Order: sequence, then structure tokens, then C-alpha cells
Amino acid sequence: MVNLRINNIDITVKDNMTILEAARQHNINIPTLCHYPDLHINSDCRICVVEIEGYKGLKTSCSTPVSEGMNISTNTPKILNARKTITELILSNHDATCTSCVRNMRCELQELAKNLGIDINRFENVLVKKEIDNHNPALIRNANRCIKCGRCIDVCKEVQGMHVLEIIGRGHEMEIAPAFGKYLSDESCTFCGQCANVCPVGAIIEKDNTNTVWEKLYDPNYHVMVQVAPAVRVSIGEEIGLKTGLISNGKLVSAIKRLGFNNVYDTDFTADLTIMEEGTELINRIKTGGVLPLMTSCCPGWINLAEQEYPEILPHISSCKSPQQMFGTLAKTYFAEKENIDPKDIYVVSIMPCTAKKYEATRKELRIDNENPDVDIVLTTRELGKMFRQMGIDFDKIDEVEFDDPFGISTGAAVLFGATGGVTEAALRTVYEILNNKPLEDLEFKSVRGMQGIKEASVKLGDLEVRVAVSHSLANARVLIEDVIAGTSPYAFIEIMACPGGCIGGGGQPYGTTNDVRLKRIASIYEVDGNMVYRKSHDNPSIKKLYKDYLIEPNSTKAHHLLHTKYSMRSGKA
Amino acid sequence: MILQKILESYPVSEDYLLEILIDVDKQKENHFISEEEITIISNHLGIKESHVCSVVSFYTLLSTTPRGKYIIQICKDVPCYLNDDFNVLKTVENELNIKVNDTTRNQKFTLEFTACIGCCDEAPAMRINDSTYTNLTREKVIKIINDYKEGKYD
Amino acid sequence: MIERIELTKRFDKIDPLSIKNYLDFGGYEVFKKALKMKQEDILNEIALSRITGRGGAGFPVSIKMKSFAKESGFKYVVCNADEGEPGNFKDRYLMEKDPHQIIEGILISAFSTGASKCFIYIRGEYAKAIGIMKNAIKQAYKTNHLGMNILGSNFSFEIEIRRGAGAYVCGEEFALIESIEGKPGRTRVKPPFPTQVGVFDKPTLINNVETFCNLPFILRIGGTEYSKIGNEYASGTKLISLTGNVKNKGLYEVPYGRTIREVIEVLGGGVNDNKKISMVQLGGACGAIIPESLLDMDIDNEKFNIFDSKMGAGAIIVMDESFDMFDIILKNMEFFQHETCGKCMPCREGHIQVLNLIKKFVRYSANEKDYLSLESLAQVIHETALCGLGQTSMTSIISTMKFFKEDYQQRIKESLFKEEYYG
Ligand SMILES: Cc1cc2nc3c(=O)[nH]c(=O)nc-3n(C[C@H](O)[C@H](O)[C@H](O)COP(=O)(O)O)c2cc1C
Ligand code: SF4
Ligand code: SF4
Repeated sequence: MVNLRINNIDITVKDNMTILEAARQHNINIPTLCHYPDLHINSDCRICVVEIEGYKGLKTSCSTPVSEGMNISTNTPKILNARKTITELILSNHDATCTSCVRNMRCELQELAKNLGIDINRFENVLVKKEIDNHNPALIRNANRCIKCGRCIDVCKEVQGMHVLEIIGRGHEMEIAPAFGKYLSDESCTFCGQCANVCPVGAIIEKDNTNTVWEKLYDPNYHVMVQVAPAVRVSIGEEIGLKTGLISNGKLVSAIKRLGFNNVYDTDFTADLTIMEEGTELINRIKTGGVLPLMTSCCPGWINLAEQEYPEILPHISSCKSPQQMFGTLAKTYFAEKENIDPKDIYVVSIMPCTAKKYEATRKELRIDNENPDVDIVLTTRELGKMFRQMGIDFDKIDEVEFDDPFGISTGAAVLFGATGGVTEAALRTVYEILNNKPLEDLEFKSVRGMQGIKEASVKLGDLEVRVAVSHSLANARVLIEDVIAGTSPYAFIEIMACPGGCIGGGGQPYGTTNDVRLKRIASIYEVDGNMVYRKSHDNPSIKKLYKDYLIEPNSTKAHHLLHTKYSMRSGKA
Repeated sequence: MILQKILESYPVSEDYLLEILIDVDKQKENHFISEEEITIISNHLGIKESHVCSVVSFYTLLSTTPRGKYIIQICKDVPCYLNDDFNVLKTVENELNIKVNDTTRNQKFTLEFTACIGCCDEAPAMRINDSTYTNLTREKVIKIINDYKEGKYD
Repeated sequence: MIERIELTKRFDKIDPLSIKNYLDFGGYEVFKKALKMKQEDILNEIALSRITGRGGAGFPVSIKMKSFAKESGFKYVVCNADEGEPGNFKDRYLMEKDPHQIIEGILISAFSTGASKCFIYIRGEYAKAIGIMKNAIKQAYKTNHLGMNILGSNFSFEIEIRRGAGAYVCGEEFALIESIEGKPGRTRVKPPFPTQVGVFDKPTLINNVETFCNLPFILRIGGTEYSKIGNEYASGTKLISLTGNVKNKGLYEVPYGRTIREVIEVLGGGVNDNKKISMVQLGGACGAIIPESLLDMDIDNEKFNIFDSKMGAGAIIVMDESFDMFDIILKNMEFFQHETCGKCMPCREGHIQVLNLIKKFVRYSANEKDYLSLESLAQVIHETALCGLGQTSMTSIISTMKFFKEDYQQRIKESLFKEEYYG
């Protein structure tokens, strides 16, 4: 333990803490800008400087370890002046058109300037305008707003192992950009959007599709359908300023209806369907000696990685479309036939925690009759929040409403798709009962839950002891992938999610998605599962009906035609 | 060809990246590193192109655009400035009819600034490729440039 | 005698391309002696010598070596020959004229601390020095002064040269380490320090070329004897790069404790054309600019601290009255604006604004507000920058605001005048 004094308050903290950690633990707030809880300490912005008695100059609290007897001041006039000056400097090389920025009132730089009381900028604006990269369907990179904090590089390189973004150039001319300063779409970007999630300002943002959706909602020629992904119900609360991890089912549906959608459906329904299809595929592969391990296919970020960098892995990936795409397909076939609507008049909107889903929806392979896209447009959780704000919806004052039929009934297994390990757990619940022909006693596979990077479980399926593995974040995925390619993977089934924590930690989720926040959202996911009437996908009565009325049986020819797809090797060009 | 030879002269280890890049830039007649070369180097060392780009763009001796056969670098720091009573830069600009950071139309010369090259005791000084020229006078500069023009060092 | 020729004594007397010449001159004898000494004894001699680093920061060499010697496992020594500070050329001379002296110094430091490999990092612009050093290393390998079981001992050691490619900041310790690893030269966050986690994450001892050259000298005459050269603040000799408007520009070896004026007037022969000295910049672009009245100050590190800057690497840049102070500051700032690595925000975004403000002074369009902005900005960059570049780049401004404040005031008045009469 170390004794020190901050602002004349004596405190005792653990060894090896930084001054910033020690201060925060004792509710002494030191402002920061480049700092982000789960990433490297870059110590680049120098905003968190403090004065330490006996030390020359100012020291950054984020990087200076505490030591016995330190006497620290965090807010002297000198410190305040330094913070203000640095903030002015940053603003003098920034496109500070705040009122026309997505991050207005939600921007870390703006917040800092406000808290420090910046009322003038003594320095000339020296910004040299650069081209904005909006050449892909998922992300926009606006270098004019970038403050070069390096967070995006850290997630892209360390967490995702992608290394698409780098510092290009030196000194004042440097820019955060892909190789050759090109577009994201020219490089092997997976559009996972983790960069957009950690960016403190409006420099990397999702492509905003809310205007298109508003237009379609008011266009009488379209029947606009919407699906909501499992992870959105535990994060939308944060987006509109409510508690972290708040579970909002009924209110979420009700609010979306108020936006003008005729029917609000649940992607959980097609998650159950995915389990039926993927589970059957697994059973078949095990029984017929097919390619194993079978790898999940619901995450488009991971599919992008596989197609771009690991063509050898493609035969391992389940041919199932993702739940989002299955929903779109059923909307434009089953539902269209049932309701007697021309599929061309159906417009399918998805609300996803994910920016890569925006890209997935544009894939040529994922179209009905090769032309009508399964899903027409994808909104992230953040964009949904924007529509709520545009409409002035007050969550506190609206009723709870159920999802609509026929895609409204789902199971606890389906909602697990939102968290890392969830697809595996859902699949095991079903595959176990089918193969062993007896009810599963303990539904909860705890060993595949939680934030550990790579998790495993083993289950007795028939005569076989089968091992499964789960990874989240692409750097972890690479470990499992490379084993599979090397032929040393001991698993029969592997779940891969591109984003840390799974979809609850997706690139389209509310800002401030730290690991602490992820854990809270994950806890909520398991709470929702626990409260469900049905907790196994094969128990879902609507799914049973769908097979009976339309798809015949899992992996039937019809199911294959509608619900499965193919992958192919691609160079970096999306 | 040149690139392949250079790659073979170093162990396959990413810490040799900068050494490799320096050699490529130096040995190519037009002193620059192309996008294709960056791709080849990154594949060879098993690193990302973005990483190679970040290195190339950090160091001022490396270029990603073609330059002249001879790169003339003029020191612009204080010790040379204090001893430059005839304006080395202007003299070279006049002789070559180009401005700083330009390349002559025949691709023979590129004119650049450099930070101090450690010849301050014989200031003013300039560098042409790997040779340094010191104690410059107007006449000396003109002669040196003309020697290069006439192909004395080709 | 103002000079004391020790490190430079073989200059122009031996052929730098010949190890034989060096050996004939008693070269590597000290290292052979060291090979028979106990490691602690060598470190103790160095401690007794009181030698401080010659690369700029003036840190006591023995403290760094002793803490490095305590680290275990594979360890690196790095010889910092990046010499990018305008006005300095001593390391170039040391490499071009007596390369084996450096290798001998490196060998002594490596042997006494248990290091296994050395990188000599030489700036890419020094093509000639790189050639000479490469040749010297080759010869040292051939004669078993490098390699396995050196001269029949248990000590094995390698040296490899890495080149810089035009980045002054790579002289900074962690930027240097990044650059040796083939990356852009952007510094790392400290702690840990290089002696703990350096090149390839191994403990690394970084010293300047001149510092290494002093080690054979120390062991030859003994630490106590060495410590008698100089004054109470600093021991040994210092290579001074004397430049600017003096008659005899050049490299001089001077014991610590002589005054700047002596060096300029006696060795440099005073100012050209009987002009007057108006300013002297010490150390290089990152050093203080002082008025003529302060030239009687000793050459050592301690006293220079009063300017919040150190002796630096030993440059003395003399400026006569025909030069405008603001032009000089502008040149300094252009240099740093070009060389900032861009990692930390005050340095990256600050220099361009400093440049804008200084340009106003140069162009006679500055006002009192500009002065205050400049003063505050310079102080903030100095106090908050991550590495030594940003921490020292403002010294010429901070020191002139102290010693030449009237010049700033005068320029502001003239600016007002200019505006009133010429619009
Ligand atoms: C921006 C910057 C540039 C530097 N350049 C050099 C250099 O070219 N050569 C050098 O020896 N030290 C340079 N230094 C100092 C080194 O960081 C380091 O202190 C020195 O190499 C340690 O060796 P010494 O103790 O022998 O002086 C520089 C420091 C900074 C901050
Ligand atoms: S894009 Fe955003 S996260 Fe990346 S460096 Fe710029 S400001 Fe930081
Ligand atoms: S002080 Fe300047 S050179 Fe040093 S890390 Fe910061 S930006 Fe880079």
C-alpha cells in the first residue's frame, strides 16, 4: 500500500496504481481526453497533467505511478492554464462545426472544452481540409474532426488484430488513415466499427441511414417492416440516457411503433431459426464426417475477415445466413405470400448493434432472386436513439407493447445471441436434446459465458464427447482460426464474434462501451433468458409452425434455398 | 530486381524494415518507394502495408514520389544561415530553374531542404546524394551544379 | 592551456580505416586491461570519475550503468550517434576520425555491465561516418575485438549499425529504440525506462558517442585522476562545436570549467569583421540564447540549469549584431515544427501556433496580446510535452523573453508604429 496526498486529502491506495486511478478511486476527478479504460495508455493529450511536489514541470496522471509520500495538486491555476491551452490548440486544428456534427452534445472534446470553460481561442485555426471517406456502406472517416488520440488505432490493431488504421505522416501533417492514405474500402477493413465506438469525437462515425428510413416510413407505396436484434434491448437505454444494461423490451417496441413502423418484429425469432438450421448442419457434419469444426456465420465482421484473409477457412463456416438476413428473406417470401404483398413493396429495416451489418445487407449474395435485397437498410442502436430524439419520445411515459406476430415469439436461447458464447449455448441446448433424445438438465453453459477472450466447453452428444470453443474480438479469433488452418483445432464447433463481448459490444452500440459496460449488458442478456417461457430454440411454437407450413424441415431444399448462402475469397476491396 | 536483392541481404525480421526502405530509396535511380514495393516488402516481412506506410511517411529521407537522380539538399538551420552571405538556395534555384521540392524536367535533380547536416564548422553546406559540399561560395555552388549537369558524377 | 586534447588526440594522426594504426597508438590496450578487471571495479572507477552523459541531458553515467548492470538476461547497449541538433558535429568527427575509440568504449561499457549486443544508431545523413564505422566493425570482428570469446576471454559481443532516415527526434531515447526496431520514431511512455525495458523489450543502456569515448580515457588514467579535470560541477573534457560568426569555427576539446568567452575569443578568434557579438546560442536549437554579458559563465551542466536548459551536446553558436533575434528564433521554430513527431498534442499542435506568433514579430506586426499568448504557449509546451523535444524546443523563446525582453517590447512598439504609418 502507498500513502499519498492529493489536494490536501490523505489517501492510501494499492501499489502500482497510477495517480489517475488513485484519484478516481477517491472521487477526485482529473479530466482526460485520449484515455480510454480498456486501451493502452498513450499519454498523448497531456490533459490529465498534475503538479507533484519536488517534480519539475507537469506530469501526466494517467502514466505516472503513485509513490510513497507524493504530494499532488490536480487543479492549480498553472494546471488549468495548461489544460485550457492544450484544448485551444486541439480546437485550432479541428473542424469545430459542432452544431452540424453527429457528436454534438455527445462529444468528449466538446465536453472537455465546456468543463474547462473555454470561452475564446487565442490561436488561429490551421486546419487543412481533407477529403471525407464515405466510400463504403458502413463507416465514414472524417479526418477534419480527428484529434489523433490514437484510440481507433489501438482497437483496430490490438483488440481486432486488423491494423487497418495507422498514423500516416509526421508532426503536424500526420493523419490517422489506412495504408497509402486510401479509403477503408480499399483495405481489409471488416467494418466492425470498434473504431467508431471508441472515437471521442465525430471523426469515425457510422453511415447515417435515418433519413432514408423516415422517407420510407412516410411513403405509402411501401410496407415497412422492422426487426430488432437481441443486443439492442439491453443497450438502447444507455443511448437515451437511462441506466446501463437496462432491459427494455416492451417500451422499445412501443417507441419503435411510435416512429411509424406498422409491425415490429424480433430478430430473436430468426436467431431461433438459425439454431435449427445451424444445429442440424452440425449434426449432419458430425454424422457424415463433414468438415469440422463448424464455425458460426452470424457475425458479418468475422465473415469479412475470413473472406479477405483466410480463404482456407471458408468450408468450415456454416452456410446459414445470419439471423438478420434470414429475417429479411422470410419477410419477402413467407410473409409476402401470406399477406399477399408484392415482395418489391416490402421494405425491411433492421436495428442492429453493428456497423458491419450495414455492409452485410448490401452483399450481392444476400438478395431474393439476385436482385431484391433481403434487408433494405440497417440502423445501429445509436441511429435508433437519434430517431427517438428526433421524435421526442420519452421512454418513461410510454406503454409496454409486445413484438408482433408471426416473427415475435422467441426463446431465451435466441436472446443469448447478443452475448459472446450465446450462439454456442443456444446451439448446445438444442443439439444436445436432439442427439441425446432426452431433456437437458442444466440449461446454462457457464463456461462459455463472460469476457474471457477464448472459452471452451465439452459436451456429451450421443456417444461422442464434443469440444466447442468461443472467441470474441478478432485478435482472439485469429488464434482459433490459425489452429483450424493448421489442422490442430480440437473442436467440433467454434463460435466467432468480431466484437469484444459479442454483439452487446458491437460497433454500433452507444458510446462509452467499455468492458465494465459490456459486463452489465451481458448480465441483462442472461436475465432476459432466465425470464423466458421458452428457453430452447426447438421449443419455439412459431418456429415449429414455420417449418410445418412453409420450410418443411431444417436443411430442407427450400430452407437451403432461402436461408443459406455461400462465401468466396475477396481481396481487401469490399 | 534491386528490391529482391535488397530483401535477400537482410534477415526476414521486421526490425530491418527501415534499413530495407533506406536501401530501396537510395539505390533506385529515382529515389522513391512505390506502392507495389511497399506491398512486396510487407508480404516479405509478414507485416501490414499500413505499418510500412507509417514508417515511410515518418522519415524525411524516404519518399513515396519519384525524385531526380541527384537529390540536392540545402541546410536551412541557424549555423548555415549565419554564414550564408550569398544565398545558397537562390543560387541553386537559379542554376536549375526549379524551386525547392521540385524536380527538373529531365528528372536529373530534385531540390530539397534538409535539417542541419553537421557540417556547421564549414558552413554553408549542402548535400548531393551522399556527398557533402562545404564552405560554399556562389562560384563553388555554380561549379558543383554544372559538374553534375555535365555528367561528371554519372 | 584552454584545450586538453584527449579524445581527439589521434585525429588526423591515424588512418581511420586502419585498425592497425589504432593498435599501434595503444588502442584497445585499456579494454584488454578491463577484461582482466572485476566488473564492479570498472563501474567504481567510472563512478569516481563523476562523468556525466555527453549527449545532452548530462545524466551521471555511473548511476545509469549501475542500475543497468543489475538487470539480468539478454541486454543491449545502444550508441546514440543520431546527432541531429543543429550546430553539433562532434560525433561525426569522432566517428570519421577515430572509430575504434568508440568501439573500445562500447566494449568496456558492455563488459562491465554484462551486455551482449550493441546497436550503433547513426543518422542517415552521415554517409561517410557510416562507411567508416562499418569498416571499423568489420576489422574489429576480424581481429577478434568483437565476436565470440573476445581476445580469448569469456566475453562475447556483437555490434550492428542501424541507420536513421531523417528524423531528429530519433535521438530521444525511446524514439531511438522504436527506430532501431524499424518503426516510426515516436517515443514511449515512461516508466518503464530503457534500462529496464528497451530495444526488443530488453534492458538497454543508451549513451552518446562521446560518452563512450571517455571510458577508455577514464580507465587509462583512473577515475580519481579524471575527476580532477574540470570543476566541482563537471569532470573531464567536453567537445565543443563552435560555429556561427566566429573566425575559427571548429571542434575544440576543452576541460569543463572554462568560460564560454574564452572558447569564443581564444579558440574561435573572436567575431568576424570586428563586429560585436549580440547573442550566443548554447547547445543547439534547443538551447538558451544568451546575451554577450553572460559569456563569462563556465562550461558545465550545473550552471546552465539556471536557464532551464543544459549544456546540451556542446554547441556554441555565435551571432553577431547584424542578425535579427526573431529571425534566429523563427529558424529554430521552423526546425522543431518540422521535427515534432506528432505523438503528443501540445508539441504537435503547439509549434505551428508558436511559428505563427513568431512570424508576427519577424514581420513587425506583433502586439502585446501576441506576446502574452506566446509566453503562455511556450511555457505550456515546455511543461507538458511528452518527450525532450517538446520539453526543450521552447528554450530559445523562454530564454530570450528573460534576457532580451526589451527587444520584444521594442518590436511591439515598432509594429504599432508600422501599422500607424504604413497601414
Ligand atoms: C529530441 C532529442 C534529440 C536527442 N538527440 C540526441 C543525439 O542526437 N545524440 C545523443 O547522444 N543524444 C541525444 N539526445 C539525448 C538522448 O535522449 C539521451 O539522453 C542520450 O543519448 C543519453 O546518452 P548520454 O547519457 O551519454 O548523454 C536527444 C534527446 C532529445 C530529447
Ligand atoms: S479517428 Fe477518432 S479515435 Fe481515431 S485518432 Fe482520430 S479522434 Fe482518435
Ligand atoms: S514532445 Fe513532440 S516530439 Fe516528443 S513525443 Fe511529443 S510530439 Fe513527439
